[in-house]
Amino acid sequence: MKRRDAVRLLLKNRKDLLVVAGLGSTAWDCTAAGDSPLTFPLWGAMGQAAMMGLGLALAQPKRRVLVVTGDGEALMGLGALATIGVQRPANLTVVVIDNERYGETGMQQTHTAHGVDLAGVARSCGLNVVAFENIKAAIHSTPGPNFAAVKVKAEKIPLVLPPREGALLKARFRRALLGPKADAE
Amino acid sequence: MWPEQIHRELAAAGVRVVGYVPDAGHKRLIELCHADRKMQAVVLTTEEEGIGLAAGAWLGGARSVLLMQSSGVGNIVNVLGMVGECRFPLVTLVTMRGEQGEFNPWQVPMGQAVRPVLEAMGTVVQYVEKEDQVAPVVNAALRLAFSSYASVAVLISQRLIGIKSFQEQAAK
Repeated sequence: MKRRDAVRLLLKNRKDLLVVAGLGSTAWDCTAAGDSPLTFPLWGAMGQAAMMGLGLALAQPKRRVLVVTGDGEALMGLGALATIGVQRPANLTVVVIDNERYGETGMQQTHTAHGVDLAGVARSCGLNVVAFENIKAAIHSTPGPNFAAVKVKAEKIPLVLPPREGALLKARFRRALLGPKADAE
Repeated sequence: MWPEQIHRELAAAGVRVVGYVPDAGHKRLIELCHADRKMQAVVLTTEEEGIGLAAGAWLGGARSVLLMQSSGVGNIVNVLGMVGECRFPLVTLVTMRGEQGEFNPWQVPMGQAVRPVLEAMGTVVQYVEKEDQVAPVVNAALRLAFSSYASVAVLISQRLIGIKSFQEQAAK
């Protein structure tokens, strides 16, 4: 599968879904699928995408939350799967787009190229591992925490960049989600 | 006691999410947060996770705090860059080791580096060593963070925590 096709499918008809995109290729993939104020694309803080999803899911229990991240990013924060497994947020889904490469640094192999099984880790942490065919239901309705890893082709494709400024990305997300309350605090 | 005072301040400020890596000095406060039905206490595998948790919670409109021991400050340095770039409000309550009367030499290097490391990453550092300072300093830290979108750390002195030996810590 091609990564942009996978992410386009994840975000198609997203309704009121809240999205955190891990740094690098998955942030570009989410932007290519259509930038939205309710997508928070990370440009740093590698390893924290899933934890940001958890914080968001706890703060907004009535909304569905999706984390889209890469294998390298997920590997840097494996403990997050254990923490999510303890909290068990029913509204959270984490999807790893696994090209077995560090895409932004020269396409070096990650641990998943050597057999490390992220879905196995997630399952052991108590997440509900779903097949990619069932991912749309998982994102929008299946009680979570849900997890899917999808193998994609290792390819270099054109960058599609979201806005870069962190404070802007934060403010636009909060305004879109919270309305005037966002600026009142 | 000071943990009860901190809990009262957190509750009054409407804190809903409390991330923590356990520390003997935070034992009572962690218990109080777990017992508070308006708070979600989240045990972390590493302090770094607490920064992602706090940022995500704020994106969703919830206030949070992060509890850790001084050694944990070394684990959050890079991700504090996100806090600064995005102007996420952040309140970190740090129980100190490696300073007044430390018995474990391995705690001293990070304990002594806590303030310069935090300040280098743009965090405002406040320090308390007397019980009657705790409530007003934590109150002010909460207001500074959430009203001014600042990263604020309150360092709670080893003198206030009062642990003087490994045996004493293990018995707590």
